[in-house]
Amino acid sequence: MSFAQLIGDWHALAVLFVAGVVPNQIWRMLGLWFGGGIDEGSELLVWVRAVATAILAGVIAQIVVEPPGALASVPDVLRYGAVGAGLVVFLLTRRSIFAGVVAGEVFLLAGTWWLG
Amino acid sequence: MALPPLDSPQWQSPGRAFAWGLRSITQTILTVVLFVTYLGIGALAHDSHFSLLWALCSTLFVWAGPAQIILITTLGSGATVIQSAIAVTVSAIRLFPMVVSVLPLMRTPTTKRREMIFAAHLTAVTLWVECHRFLPQVPRERRIAFVHGLGCGLVSVCLTANTVGYFLAANLTQTLGAAILLLTPLSFLFSTARNSREVADVVALALGILLYPLAAKMNSGLDILVSGLAAGTIAYGVHWWREVRA
Repeated sequence: MSFAQLIGDWHALAVLFVAGVVPNQIWRMLGLWFGGGIDEGSELLVWVRAVATAILAGVIAQIVVEPPGALASVPDVLRYGAVGAGLVVFLLTRRSIFAGVVAGEVFLLAGTWWLG
Repeated sequence: MALPPLDSPQWQSPGRAFAWGLRSITQTILTVVLFVTYLGIGALAHDSHFSLLWALCSTLFVWAGPAQIILITTLGSGATVIQSAIAVTVSAIRLFPMVVSVLPLMRTPTTKRREMIFAAHLTAVTLWVECHRFLPQVPRERRIAFVHGLGCGLVSVCLTANTVGYFLAANLTQTLGAAILLLTPLSFLFSTARNSREVADVVALALGILLYPLAAKMNSGLDILVSGLAAGTIAYGVHWWREVRA
């Protein structure tokens, strides 16, 4: 990997600023400015939080359904199985994030080894 | 490590308070979860053809894991800058109530707004959770310094994890590379599920996952927004219906 590859191009950094930095800092600075007058339990915020959670859920699904890079080399059934196995262990261990992640990873690695 | 009592001379200087904040990152399992998550983000950035500098800048200046993976995933799969910006803006709205609820914990009657800008920038879900846990044990006039220390510690952990993840993805075999990439969906799925206390949150998470493949079939370029708005609104409907019946 060359030094230039690690730096990348300025265009990508400009996109990061426009699509990543500004959309996040706007909400933080609005919170700093208008803090106090907002009811945390208001109906609008319940809806906003639900939509934000569902967008994140969609991205989680996208990574598993249309995987990037090396993950695309893993058969569909192993990727879905790994998430399923992780979820079962997560629920069985009273919502341990660590146990769920480890179980999913073990399923993926064992499955890849098994399928050769 | 326990924090010193509120009246201890340890709290007399802001520098000491910063150092206690920095050391507090060793007192929470969330630091490990963050490390694993940002390891995955570094690997995801590599395999989606972003540079290491780009990944590090996104951690430093965006500082919100969900926004970062939405950005990398949408841009990496060919969405336009506008489409990504809309998806990230919607996902970032949840930072607003977090900042609103966390800043009063560190404000004194004489605190000026500009003194809290950096603390507002550092606010994201992990810091928000930890502030509610740690700040009652910190004297009020040292809380901003403490939060700066805690936040800088967490950011450093994540920058390190990004770098490690990026080089692992570049150098590991395909199988191990796939395992590192799978860390992101697993850690986000379980940490979001763990933070879901209300029915609306659980429904939004489950439906959001199930509706995405359907929305993707429409191929509108706005798949994430379509499935997110639909699933989120249905989840809100469930919440509303339960309130009405109760």
